[in-house]
Amino acid sequence: MIRPPSQTPRLIAVTLLAALLFTPPLLGLFDRPLDNGLSSLSLYLFAAWGLVILLAALILERDDAE
Amino acid sequence: MTFEALLLVVAFGYLGLLFVIAAWADQRAKAGRSVIGSPLVYTLSIAVYCSAWTFYGSVGRAAQYGPAFLTIYLGPTLVMLLGWLLIRRMVLIARAQRITSIADFISARYGKSGWLGALVTLIAVIGIMPYIALQLKAITYSYAVVTQFPDSPVPLLAEAPFWTDKSLWVALVLSVFIILFGTRQLDASERHEGMVTAIAFESVIKLLAFCSVGLFVVFWLFDGPGDLLNRAAQVPGLAQHFTLDAVPGGAIGWVSTLVLAALAFLTLPRQFQVLVVENVDERHIRRACWLFPLYLLVINLFVLPIALAGTLLGESAQSPDSFVLTVGLVGGSDWLPGLAFIGGLSAATGMMIVETIALSTMVSNHLIMPMLLRMRRLHLESYQDFSGALLGIRRIAIVLILLLGYLYHALIGESYSLVTIGLVSFTAAAQFAPALLIGLYWRGAARLGAAAGMLGGFAVWLHTLLLPGFAQSGWLDASLLTDGPWGIHWLRPYALFGLEGWDIYSHGLFWSLLVNVGLLLGVSLFCRQSQLEQTQAALFTGALHEGQMQIPLWRGQTSLGELRRLLHRYLGAAATARILHSTAQDSTAPADDATPAPPQLVREAEHALAGALGGASARILINSVVRGEALDLEAVLSLLDTTSQTLEYNRQLEQKSSELAAIGAELRHANEQLRELDRLKDEFVAMVSHELRTPLTSIRAFAEILRDTPDMDTEQRSHFLSIVVRESERLSRLIEEILDLARLESGRMTLKPQWLDLTRLARESAEAVSHLCAERGLSLELDLPDETAPVTADPDRLQQVIINLLDNASKFAAPNAGKARLCLEPYKQHWRLSVEDNGEGITESERERVFEKFHQLENNDQNYGKRPRGTGLGLPISRGIIAHLGGRLWIESGTRLSGARFVIELPRAPERSADTEWLTAS
Repeated sequence: MIRPPSQTPRLIAVTLLAALLFTPPLLGLFDRPLDNGLSSLSLYLFAAWGLVILLAALILERDDAE
Repeated sequence: MTFEALLLVVAFGYLGLLFVIAAWADQRAKAGRSVIGSPLVYTLSIAVYCSAWTFYGSVGRAAQYGPAFLTIYLGPTLVMLLGWLLIRRMVLIARAQRITSIADFISARYGKSGWLGALVTLIAVIGIMPYIALQLKAITYSYAVVTQFPDSPVPLLAEAPFWTDKSLWVALVLSVFIILFGTRQLDASERHEGMVTAIAFESVIKLLAFCSVGLFVVFWLFDGPGDLLNRAAQVPGLAQHFTLDAVPGGAIGWVSTLVLAALAFLTLPRQFQVLVVENVDERHIRRACWLFPLYLLVINLFVLPIALAGTLLGESAQSPDSFVLTVGLVGGSDWLPGLAFIGGLSAATGMMIVETIALSTMVSNHLIMPMLLRMRRLHLESYQDFSGALLGIRRIAIVLILLLGYLYHALIGESYSLVTIGLVSFTAAAQFAPALLIGLYWRGAARLGAAAGMLGGFAVWLHTLLLPGFAQSGWLDASLLTDGPWGIHWLRPYALFGLEGWDIYSHGLFWSLLVNVGLLLGVSLFCRQSQLEQTQAALFTGALHEGQMQIPLWRGQTSLGELRRLLHRYLGAAATARILHSTAQDSTAPADDATPAPPQLVREAEHALAGALGGASARILINSVVRGEALDLEAVLSLLDTTSQTLEYNRQLEQKSSELAAIGAELRHANEQLRELDRLKDEFVAMVSHELRTPLTSIRAFAEILRDTPDMDTEQRSHFLSIVVRESERLSRLIEEILDLARLESGRMTLKPQWLDLTRLARESAEAVSHLCAERGLSLELDLPDETAPVTADPDRLQQVIINLLDNASKFAAPNAGKARLCLEPYKQHWRLSVEDNGEGITESERERVFEKFHQLENNDQNYGKRPRGTGLGLPISRGIIAHLGGRLWIESGTRLSGARFVIELPRAPERSADTEWLTAS
């Protein structure tokens, strides 16, 4: 077995989380103006994106047998 | 040197640098020190996803539609998160089957179907050609922007001769590059090390260039991000640009673009090329799964700032698609526009290089080669070495594809914006996704279904996205959009079946994928897969189980010479020698041309041909020299399956026939029993008649004597009369017993069971026969308990049985000193009443027979004169009565006396109850 058996469900979970974060209605929650009047949507998207990448990196590099 | 000339030198110098890098990498690879064996290079090569469309188009899209541009990169992020599961699986399959392209992959999945590969190739060429044109357009356009600033770029193609168009020369240089580094070996499933290295380098360049522009904007033109945002916030209406409302199609548009980008990321020919075909080690996927999304995040970080800055700069920044170039020009930088131009060039050329290699492989392996193989007139068999011609075909395909792209760009490219073309191509590529993904996870997906799905989806794509684009360019009548084709209202391309209010991409994607998936599933459910198709489906869907990934063995026969000639013809001398050598090592026999080729070698040959020509063509070629059918794994399995089914069927048949035999035996047995019963019935009737006639005869004889001799003396007369009376009594008793028997056997005997004391009943019975015993000189001994022996029985009938047994005992006891014994004792939950005598007893074999009707122990009766007077029915009736009362009656050897012992066993009744007391009291 190349991968530990627990990795598959974790990756699927992160993918589902990402899909949830990247789509409405969660997206709509952050589509409101900041102090300067611009929408916080883009800020939120980059933050969520970074979070998902971080989670994936943690999962994939954790049990790295290479 | 003018700026224009300098830019040209830099641009072509950059292309020259690519040649150097690629050549260096190829050199290193030959020396065995590959540079592409790292996850980082793999990740950077995947970044070919970011074409000129990303480099220029993202900013343009952001300026117009706000955050909508991000979906194009969030989609691939979702796919890469699953990459370790999905892409690794595709890589493992592709390696085992020597897959050369996505057309090969889909064709192999559906039974190495030749025309399915051709269909994928056609769709890819038609769908991707505008995308290649887009890259060339970006190069022309960016060159015009940089050189003509501050004027707006004018379409150069219209007035200038075509050879002054720089993008034509770029296309030509690129075709040379691709021919040099993309068709070095014939085997398309081998890695193109030089090309991959150059692509990775290009990905670094475009990332650096874009980030430089972004940093320049944020920290040079403005005082950091805060300043930029605050100034943007002051522009009325700009704030509206950065909400979800600005996204075309709103929430639906957002989600559908996300899905579209995710699917296209897997199915675009160039992405399949770098993700799957060019992968050297599947462990690289693990890191790429998070590194590539990170690359996407970084390259998108400055899209919004540049878009905002460009918007703030107003007129001087020109169209949003050129913001990346103009912000540097407006800012007065000397070097930045040049760097941005090179970045855009690297993005465009990277995409074109990989896409062209992928498409040319597909075109040569799935369109041209199958056609040549089918054309008998060409007499391909007569060519000694066809491998050079094969490479030539692929090189011509490369030049043709790039020129076609250029032509497309030159003729109609002007009328499209960058983003439009990109999304249209994405939707075309997404038509491969159902066949690819469903085929990977559902074994039942069939070739006809895949073909129908792709054709249907492609037709809808043509109708809803490509043709409307032509209509908008003025190539087709614009009434197509407003009134529908031939005036059919519900066929309007942007509102198919009246679905309105969606953006055109969501609309096109929805309908094309609906038709595609629907046809794939629907047709697959109703058609039968061939054996090869089943094998391939099994291999693709179970790909993670190692050890299954084998090219099926061949069952047919061919000679070594034929195989050698075939390989030599299509792969060249060197490759042929390598293949024959690698498998010949283990064979000791001298190999001449007439030796039959071992199946292992035939498999290797197919494998090698598949790497060069694609699976479908390889199969045709091998079939042309191998006599006999291909035997594949599934065929063997299904053969086994059929055999085991037959065995199982046989087993069932055997079981059935043995069951039938058993039933037959039962029936025969029943029949015998019936016959026996019939015989017994006849016998019984005969016996009854006989038994009835005996007393009747004597009655009649004596009656006749009495009638004929009136002067008979009184004594004689009374003697005769008493005989008549006695015989009559016997006759009536016999008839009574026969009736009893008939009632017993038909179940109509009515017993009146009640609580009674067996001790008392036995004593009464003994008293009843005491007179008879005395008459026969028999001494009857009683052994009865003092207590009551409660049973439930019919007292009259039970007494009849006991008297019958005592009567028998008196008959069969020893003639002179006859003795009998009546005994009652408890036994477990029963009472046992036994009658013994001191007669000769009954032998073991006779004991059951005495219970048969009319059976009389005549043989044992030595003294015929003392023939027992019985009807032969007493014991059967007794046994019947006892059985009716729930008890048993049997014979055993006497315990105290020497003769037979008759035992009655009756179940013990509960203690006498109040309501039954009167019965015994009376």
